[in-house]
Amino acid sequence: MKNPSEEQSSMQEKKGVSRRAFLRGAGLTTAGTVALSAGLLSFKLEDAKAPPAILGPGEAEVRFVVNGQARTIWVEPRTTLAEALREHLSLTGAKVVCDRGSCSACTVWVDGKPVNSCITLAVDVSGREVTTIEGLAQGDELHPVQEAFIEHDASMCGFCTPGMVMSCAALLKRNPNPGLEDVKLATSGNLCRCGTYPKVFEATLAAAKKMKK
Amino acid sequence: MIRCKTSKEIGGMGHSVKRKEDARFIQGKGHYVDDIHLPGMLHMDIVRSPYAYAKIKSINAEEALKIPGVLAVVTGKDLEKYNLHWMPTLMSDTQMVLPTDTVMYQAQEVAAVIATDRYAARDGKEAVIVEYEPMKPVIDPHKSLDPGAPVLRTDKPGKNDNHIWHWEVGDKTATEKIFAEADVVVKEQMHIPRIHVASIETCGCVADYDKVNNHLTMYMTTQAPHAIRTVIALVAGHVGLTEEKIRVVSPDIGGGFGGKVPVYPGYVIAIAVSFLVGKPVKWVEDRSENLQADSFARDYHITAEMAGTKDGKILATRFKILADHGYTDASANPSKFPTGLFSIGTGSYDYGAAFMEADAVYTNKPPGGVAYRCSFRVTEAVHAIERITDRFAFEIGKDPAQLRMENFIKKEDFPWKSPTGWTYDSGDYHAGLLKAMEVVGYEELRKEQAEKRERGELMGIGISTFTEIVGAGPSRDFDILGIKMFDSAEIRVHPTGKAIARFGTKSQGQGHETTYAQIIAEELGIPAEHIQVEEGDTDTAPYGLGTYASRSTPTAGAAAAVAARKLRDKARKIAAYLLEVSEEDLEWEPGKFFVKGAPEKAKTIQEIVFAAYTNHPLGMEAGFEATHYYDPPNLTFPSGAYICVVDIDKETGEIKVRRFVAIDDCGNIINPMIVQGQVHGGLTQGLAPAMYEQLIYDEDGNILNGTFMDYLVPTAVESPNWETGHTVTPSPHHPIGAKGVGESPTVGAPPAIANAIVDALSHLGVTHIDIPITPFKVWKILKEKGVAQ
Repeated sequence: MKNPSEEQSSMQEKKGVSRRAFLRGAGLTTAGTVALSAGLLSFKLEDAKAPPAILGPGEAEVRFVVNGQARTIWVEPRTTLAEALREHLSLTGAKVVCDRGSCSACTVWVDGKPVNSCITLAVDVSGREVTTIEGLAQGDELHPVQEAFIEHDASMCGFCTPGMVMSCAALLKRNPNPGLEDVKLATSGNLCRCGTYPKVFEATLAAAKKMKK
Repeated sequence: MIRCKTSKEIGGMGHSVKRKEDARFIQGKGHYVDDIHLPGMLHMDIVRSPYAYAKIKSINAEEALKIPGVLAVVTGKDLEKYNLHWMPTLMSDTQMVLPTDTVMYQAQEVAAVIATDRYAARDGKEAVIVEYEPMKPVIDPHKSLDPGAPVLRTDKPGKNDNHIWHWEVGDKTATEKIFAEADVVVKEQMHIPRIHVASIETCGCVADYDKVNNHLTMYMTTQAPHAIRTVIALVAGHVGLTEEKIRVVSPDIGGGFGGKVPVYPGYVIAIAVSFLVGKPVKWVEDRSENLQADSFARDYHITAEMAGTKDGKILATRFKILADHGYTDASANPSKFPTGLFSIGTGSYDYGAAFMEADAVYTNKPPGGVAYRCSFRVTEAVHAIERITDRFAFEIGKDPAQLRMENFIKKEDFPWKSPTGWTYDSGDYHAGLLKAMEVVGYEELRKEQAEKRERGELMGIGISTFTEIVGAGPSRDFDILGIKMFDSAEIRVHPTGKAIARFGTKSQGQGHETTYAQIIAEELGIPAEHIQVEEGDTDTAPYGLGTYASRSTPTAGAAAAVAARKLRDKARKIAAYLLEVSEEDLEWEPGKFFVKGAPEKAKTIQEIVFAAYTNHPLGMEAGFEATHYYDPPNLTFPSGAYICVVDIDKETGEIKVRRFVAIDDCGNIINPMIVQGQVHGGLTQGLAPAMYEQLIYDEDGNILNGTFMDYLVPTAVESPNWETGHTVTPSPHHPIGAKGVGESPTVGAPPAIANAIVDALSHLGVTHIDIPITPFKVWKILKEKGVAQ
């Protein structure tokens, strides 16, 4: 048996590129990052977008915006976005369940659109904006879908919940007036083994109503 | 409707208190095993067998060990050195942890790869080269006992066939006599197929052995943390890991449904590796490993018979079972009976004679089974009785609702002794079915069906009026490896009147943090929001046997009520002292004691608790804490009346569930909102095996649908509009009159759906279709009968 290395490889922010240094490079301060609209930030990140033609076999740099904050990580090119978020950025809200895009428990938003982070490569979101369940609330104010999930008991074991909430919130972003069939369609990829579907429908329709007020 | 004794502020029983656990779940702050990161943590992945039955000729780890990050490859031979290559199952059978020479089912664990990260471990797994010599497996359980069948368990000295056990219950002679003399006898062969719990979180653990202190912390997806601690101590005691050195922590669990009761080899290997290297080891199986290797349920082949009179009186039933346990009997069954509670299969009907027998066999399939969201084998039993009852009604040309009404056990006949020895606690079956028929509009539906038949359209109405048996259980009949099936609650009320309560159970989505707080709020008048509920850490929680078999409310819920009542007795003494009256002069209303006839002279529970720490009577023990271990005097018997309406496309066989009315009787209800959610979920998990789910194997033992792409878990699109309702018949022996609800709908829904589909086709002469009833199966029938073009 070989000796285990004390530190695992490919931890975040190595090879001398710290988040602070990157922010300086991008002409932003940490405080500014948080305050700035995500739109401006993603514009600035365009610079980081063009990757070399071939990535790997070593680690590749990924610069992206996660929940409104610019982040840089170094990962093997095959690293999925789910793995990058969970293992490199400690954002464990998105869950890995099927690891092949058939259950949507890993749903996050890339540039505002829901994707399965288990079948999205981290390197493919370089220069883009990622929103995870941890970044859905505005400060202490929950997203209306989150509130409605509590109000309407739309969660049981909680494991599919982050993905389910992200799918439902994304629906309301693209369609503020959904009907029951729209909600069913929007969540048709999100498996919930506890079978909370009826309450998910109820919660999402209630949230839509509330957001219109 | 439900009347609450407490105010909304207190939030005791009957209030739809919002779930405490949701705040973290909806923000992605739930804390599950795979979210745990410990410094220096290693990752484990498992090499699995591609064959159902094969000799292992060699295992070559050379290439795997060259991969950066791969540290070790562990085989059965390595574990054999520490005598850790075998483990007992919960049914006192034995199971390989890792094989030393033979693999017995596809996806069986063959070797474990230890690496510094998950990806390296997976690379290592792909690089391990195992040479096999495949053998012809035994897949069909009906052929398992054939004279020429290979004997699979050659590890068992003297074993010369694949028979595991025989079990029987009931009066065979009396039953046979009735069958011989009866006007009408009906018979059907049924297969309750092998299905999978498929909890959305797979199984996994982080085994963290601290060499310096000889202490193991085991974070794991288990529904029964204390039992696991004891099992680890029994298995690993010989290497110095005794029970006080083991802490099992079950964090948030992403669904259990019975699949997280057993001990799987991965857990044991992770512990062994952590023990050897002194570092934390994480193992989390992937989805396919989960579907292919563990947690299967059911797989009973049943011959069901019913005898009765021409005018519709049920006289006797006879069930014969062939149970396919796969490679070993690894059932998660806490009863003394190898078929668990199958003997509830006489159902909700009043008749005097029944006989049931079962034989279990080994095959080259994954071991099991688990009690998937039901008290062990109740789903199989209910399916058999509810299907054969419909079959009987069809045979004599009587409406199945009418037949049930005429045969139900009457409300006044409870407690009722069943022909297989159970004492049903309470029930009102007539009220349940009447309510369901009224809600669904039964008479009109039958008229509509008759009209549609005239026009050649296919519509069916199916009924299931089931009795469950839950809350394992009384210590005389129930144990896990000898440990009795009580459960526990410990309540500590702090000086400021806020409390923490700990339990031996473990929620996997049932909402215990909310409902247990409500039970205590009901008894003590402390607002539920001020009661923190904790479970799952064996270092802090009182010993208990965990959560499955709808046992949490019947056992730990009862323990909470009894412990709270102990505290209320103490509160009365303190109140009498503070108010300078005798205890008899005091009256209780939720939240305070007051002097009879002088309600202004009162002490609130908060004042009383404060006094317990600051001003308690001389000679009284200070503090305000109580613990109770509750050994239930009997099981509880929830029931339900379900009616399903289906429309079938006569050309394609497509089945549409148009209506589903579920009237449940789970006794007194703690939180109506949570109960409704549990019923929705259970119904969805009843729909699943009725129409979609089955683990399918080919003749070589290859699983044909081991991913979520082809193992069809119902989605939002398939989810019907469930119409739920209740009748309330409290359990007479339970401290708060509750019975448990989580599993009733999973048990009751499949026969309602199957009965509806068969009913839609009954005029074509169809008397039975095995679940899952797919459009293809129906289309084939329609084609045979000349209905589909």
